[in-house]
Amino acid sequence: MAQAGRGRPRPKIDQPGKLLKRLLIYVFRHYGIQMGIVFLCIGLSIFANTQGTLFTRTLIDRYIDPLKNAQQPDFVPLAHAIFRVAAIYLIGIVAQFAQARIMVYVTQGTMKRMRGELFEHMQRLPVRYFDTHAHGDIMSIYTNDIDTMRQMVSQSIPQLVNSVVTIVTIISMMLVLSVRLTLVSLGMVVVMVAVSALVSRYSASGFVAQQKNLGALNGYIEETMTGQKVVKVFCHEKQAIGEFDRLNEELYRSAFKASAFGNMIGPISMQLGNISYVVCALVGGLLAINQSAGFTVGALASFLTFNRNFNMPINQVTMQFNMIFMALAGAQRIFALLDEKAEEDEGYVMLVHAKEENGELTESETRTGRWAWKHYHKDSDTTTYVPLEGDVTFHGVDFGYTDEKIVLHDIVLHAKPGQKIALVGSTGAGKTTITNLINRFYTIQDGKIRYDNINVNKIRQQDLRRSLGMVLQDTHLFTGTVMENIRYGKLDATDEEVIAAARLANADGFIRRLPQGYDTMLKGDGANLSQGQRQLLAIARAAIADPPVLILDEATSSIDTRTEKIVQEGMDHLMKGRTTFVIAHRLSTVRNSDQILVMEQGRIIERGTHEELIALGKKYYQLYTGGTAKSA
Amino acid sequence: MLKTLLAQVKEYKTPSFLTPVCMIGEVICEMLIPRLMAVIVDDGIYGGDMQVILRTGGWMIVVAVAGLLCGVGGGFFGAKAAAGFAKNLRKAMFDNIQTFSFANIDHFSTSGLVTRLTTDVTNVQNAYQMILRMAMRAPSSMIVAMVMSFMISPRLASIYLVAVIFLALVAVFLIRRVTVYFKQVFERYDDLNESVQENVRGIRVVKAYVREDYEISRFSKAAENIYHMFVKAEMNMTLVGPVMSVTVYSCILLISWFGAHLIVSDELLVGDMMSLLTYCMSILMSLMMVSMVFVMITMSQASGRRIAEVLEEKTLLTNPKLPVTKVEDGSIRFEHVDFSYREDSGELVLSDIHLEIKSGESIGIIGATGSAKSSLVNLISRLYDVTAGRVCVGGVDVRLYDLEVLRNAVSVVLQNNVLFSGTILDNLRWGDADATEEECAHAARLACADEFITQMPDGYHTHIEQGGTNVSGGQKQRLCIARALLKKPKILILDDSTSAVDTATDARIRKAFAEEIPDTTKLIIAQRIASVKDLDRIIVMENGRVDGFGTHEELMDNNAIYREVFESQTAGGGDFDEGD
Repeated sequence: MAQAGRGRPRPKIDQPGKLLKRLLIYVFRHYGIQMGIVFLCIGLSIFANTQGTLFTRTLIDRYIDPLKNAQQPDFVPLAHAIFRVAAIYLIGIVAQFAQARIMVYVTQGTMKRMRGELFEHMQRLPVRYFDTHAHGDIMSIYTNDIDTMRQMVSQSIPQLVNSVVTIVTIISMMLVLSVRLTLVSLGMVVVMVAVSALVSRYSASGFVAQQKNLGALNGYIEETMTGQKVVKVFCHEKQAIGEFDRLNEELYRSAFKASAFGNMIGPISMQLGNISYVVCALVGGLLAINQSAGFTVGALASFLTFNRNFNMPINQVTMQFNMIFMALAGAQRIFALLDEKAEEDEGYVMLVHAKEENGELTESETRTGRWAWKHYHKDSDTTTYVPLEGDVTFHGVDFGYTDEKIVLHDIVLHAKPGQKIALVGSTGAGKTTITNLINRFYTIQDGKIRYDNINVNKIRQQDLRRSLGMVLQDTHLFTGTVMENIRYGKLDATDEEVIAAARLANADGFIRRLPQGYDTMLKGDGANLSQGQRQLLAIARAAIADPPVLILDEATSSIDTRTEKIVQEGMDHLMKGRTTFVIAHRLSTVRNSDQILVMEQGRIIERGTHEELIALGKKYYQLYTGGTAKSA
Repeated sequence: MLKTLLAQVKEYKTPSFLTPVCMIGEVICEMLIPRLMAVIVDDGIYGGDMQVILRTGGWMIVVAVAGLLCGVGGGFFGAKAAAGFAKNLRKAMFDNIQTFSFANIDHFSTSGLVTRLTTDVTNVQNAYQMILRMAMRAPSSMIVAMVMSFMISPRLASIYLVAVIFLALVAVFLIRRVTVYFKQVFERYDDLNESVQENVRGIRVVKAYVREDYEISRFSKAAENIYHMFVKAEMNMTLVGPVMSVTVYSCILLISWFGAHLIVSDELLVGDMMSLLTYCMSILMSLMMVSMVFVMITMSQASGRRIAEVLEEKTLLTNPKLPVTKVEDGSIRFEHVDFSYREDSGELVLSDIHLEIKSGESIGIIGATGSAKSSLVNLISRLYDVTAGRVCVGGVDVRLYDLEVLRNAVSVVLQNNVLFSGTILDNLRWGDADATEEECAHAARLACADEFITQMPDGYHTHIEQGGTNVSGGQKQRLCIARALLKKPKILILDDSTSAVDTATDARIRKAFAEEIPDTTKLIIAQRIASVKDLDRIIVMENGRVDGFGTHEELMDNNAIYREVFESQTAGGGDFDEGD
């Protein structure tokens, strides 16, 4: 609606001028010629419009009045005049049409580019960014902010240009007709702007309150609806309604205030415009009757028409200003994401296919099933090939999500190829954090992590991650078929390979029972699957990637014993022959591990095999037996 | 649907009525003004009569002020009516939802209800205000302007008639075409945003598999698609402006040409022609307004329907006319109970359940996912009604009790536990609003919650965030148990309520129950065999039937499923659970 941007509070923006400049450059850099044509078209259509308005005066003064007084009225000149104006109108219409069509390309093209750049940049951001930004906020950049941007590019900017040019044109036309009357008219404009600014302020304060109350009520609704069954079980309906009524009433009051004042701005400026008309008619009438300074009746008539046409663009300008401010707030968030520093990667060690020649490992063009790290040494200008085995060591690693708060202290561990390392300990002890360092989701503060005896910081991030498989506790699936979701682990996998991976993961059975088998579409993060089934797919996805090192996060609860057994078997198959880090919750996993690391508050407090730790009789023993430590 | 919605206007009938009245008043004033302007030009300026200008100008100011009052009034009443209507809609929905049974809630889903109470109401509120303010104003302004034009000159006014018909046809054509396009575009647009959301949530998976470039290329392909569809849809819209201009300009030129002839032959005054030109804009703008209102109504229709669905939903559980208001004891009896979530479908979730549980017994329930363990216990506090047979508590059919009395006697800790924002005490007092702090602490001790509550900086006054996000899963479960205990129920049901609590604490909770509330009948659903094996008796559920019912020893002897589960869990399949 035309009132969309009116009376809304302006969001806070740092350096709006700079931001606007950046935004305009961003939008128009690629569409310089198009925008030039658009502005030209705007000029042409305004020209046509004002010519039309001026025509009223010509019509009356030059044609109708003489014709009225003529004995033998000759309409031919009038017909010519009308055709001339019609031609001007036609130019205006063509310009308007061209402008609209070009703007569609400009707007949609800009949106496409913006979305693409946002998405591309987002993919390159470190995991840390996603930890520190609410997912809802990131999403709202793609939806709300892009949308206000669309409105600004397609409507606000052309309209603002249009209004400003119109105002300037009309003022100059009015000045030509009569300076004195123009001053009167401008005086009225000042009153109009002042009054609507005042009313806007009331509306804005109501609007702020409305947003606040709406947030509070929506929050309450969400909470109550989520817990509706609990409300029923505790017979809490009356209390729920009581609180709801209070919030609902508050929202009503502020919504009423915001929208009532917002609604008033329109009629107020319109009627002030009418009053301005009367004042100009009175003053103009005096001037015209006295024939002062050659001011004709026709001129007055034209002037009054201009005066009428004057109000609309002035309202438009105030409105568009608010819209642009809202768009700038969106632009601020969009640029903030684009300015966010991408994941750093100074790694140069690459993962390559390897083959053995004369007892030495060298690079191979084709897939050999063997892999090697290609390590170029700058100082000696030599390249060495180290076989990929999956040997992982931590040397005195300290890590904190921020430098101020270190959450892992002096972590030392050595996982030999094919070993199974179990991480146990309570929530927040740092088990997941350790696994996130191996694949360089985060960069460590101190110490070294080596992979096949190469510092992980030297390994190209993508190659490092390609050599690691991950099965997380909360599984994420993507919209697409089951087949596509498994293939995510290896894009060029054949259908047979996918099915083989599913078999290995114990997932084949349930997949075949799905309505369309492997072609079943998964939507909304696999909402149509059970927790256990989703996990089986995640295992299959890791299996097809066939990495030498595996990071597993076992599911805790919420799947029943039988499904759990199936999942467990799938995981066991997957772990065979791979170095595995497992965040363990289950006895059998822990017991069968080569090393168990017991963590507490970011430190490894006990390590060893199951038997050794039981014999030790401390924290592990306590966790294992569910009792107290032997020697507390 | 319309009737259901409009019934909620209630105390806002007066403003709802006054808004269009004011708007019509404003229209009349607006239409009078060109007439007055014409008088000023014709009699005043051309007639050279300052008196006329003064007098008519005075009138015009009076009309403008009247128009102002009407306009402001329309804005005021319109806002009041729409905001009030929205308030009543929300209230009516919320009140009705509070009467819903579990079956009703399942029918709508949580997110469905939230959307209806929030976004849908806002849509209807906006549409309502628009309709009140514009639906009367736009057509009446068009009609008034039309009548005025015809009064001035029927011959010239007929030009407008043609223009209106032409524009109306174009508008109908465009709206039809464009809505189809845009519907498609927005569906695709939602898909695109959905895929962004997946990437945001699953960023670790993307990065772990180094699929950034793959995702980017997929996204840009989808974005390219959207771009083409958007361009196609919007290209249709670009016709609107030029068509409007063509019509307006043609009218102006035609009026000028024919008007000139009429003026010359003294059939029309100059001022009249100018009024006619002013009406031109009013008529055509109102027509555009009408089509906008039309679009708005279509758009809010879906929201209106969704709201009406909630309002028209009748609760499936009703209180009996002469309810029993006392539950004698905690005994439970299932008599050949069949149960299905949907009345129409014959698929039974529970079939032929026949059980007898004595007051004060501790009963474990075990079985695979989907074996209907939760469904079984939900019948006891009458969260759902049986399809056949009957469930008795304290020897009386649950359908004969007053619902509140029954539910206070049968306390359920649901599988999907929810804590509410507020202090821990506030949350515990859901069980008993009048409980003293000491009573709350006692319940918390029984549920082994006291130990971590007292560790918290503000103890029992610690604030719980919405959804209980600042406590761990195990802590949340213990708080929910404590809350249920405060009801001092005759029957306590725990539906997999200790799954996130470590084994040792789980055992302590059960011990506390046995010692402190021996007379309460306890039903405990669990995945872990350790959680149920020491209870008085255990029910083994399988596919909606009772497969076995007896003590641990009996079941080990004669129940294959029980034995299998026991063996899988003790032979290295058990939990190594983290305590919290």
